[in-house]
Amino acid sequence: MDEIDRALIFATQGGLPLEPRPYAAIAERVGISEQDVMARLQAMLADGVIRRIGAVPNHYAIGWTANGMTVWDVDDALVDTLGEQVGGLAFVTHCYRRPRALPAWPYNLFAMVHGASREECAVKAEEIRRLLGTACRTSDILYSTKILKKTGLRIGR
Amino acid sequence: MPELDDLDRRIIACMQGDFPVCETPYAEVAVQLGIAEDELIGRLRALLERKVLTRFGPMYQVERMGGAFVLAALAVPEVDFESVCARVNAFPEVAHNYRREHVLNMWFVLATETQDGIAEAIAGIERATGLPVYAFPKEREYFVEMKLEVRQ
Repeated sequence: MDEIDRALIFATQGGLPLEPRPYAAIAERVGISEQDVMARLQAMLADGVIRRIGAVPNHYAIGWTANGMTVWDVDDALVDTLGEQVGGLAFVTHCYRRPRALPAWPYNLFAMVHGASREECAVKAEEIRRLLGTACRTSDILYSTKILKKTGLRIGR
Repeated sequence: MPELDDLDRRIIACMQGDFPVCETPYAEVAVQLGIAEDELIGRLRALLERKVLTRFGPMYQVERMGGAFVLAALAVPEVDFESVCARVNAFPEVAHNYRREHVLNMWFVLATETQDGIAEAIAGIERATGLPVYAFPKEREYFVEMKLEVRQ
């Protein structure tokens, strides 16, 4: 990461220009060549600095109106093995281990599920519950009711 | 929900994949979709304006740049929800924010360029809202891939 990469991130974090040669447009803003922009983006993709280049849909707008953050209190000795398995379920879009915040928050495994209805999310959560079995002590589903903000990363200049 | 036609659905599906890095990437994707380049660009612009797509571009992984992403939550009293929301969203470090049904009713992701930035942002949000921030940094990532087909 150098100053040019930073300038490139700054120029693209709000989105790619919607014009036939978007990388040339970015190049003009950053003050490097179109070829350099493409080479640097390819390098950042290879390093994982960029996860992918693409679009993020508003999941409500495309029919996935129910979004449930399922949370589980899983035995610490088993959570990594089971977490990999939960993450491997086709319908789970994000799956992480996170710290508990006792006593208010006993859950250490988070798995996001989506559906056209809450019933559909609940069926998916039930499948996770079966997989976790007796290793899970307690669980909950937090449904989202509104997107309050969705801008993604914003770095300063 | 906004009306989407078959072409919109195909564009949304296609654009959740890997957008090409070449001189004329829209033209390349348009060929795959069997439409003209300017039609693809026009449709994308409309989908973004209608907020069917929330963003389109590179997804940066701040962790790979020395920064951090942290999921955090607040228990906001219902009567204060809107004012607290405005104060939280005013922080540029808040990348996204969802309302959820729980005592912890506001869940947001902090993205900062440095590890220290997280603690600063949390302290700033606590000062601005007068509420304690629950931070849930990820300890392990088992899976992430957010690609959803159009259901309607």
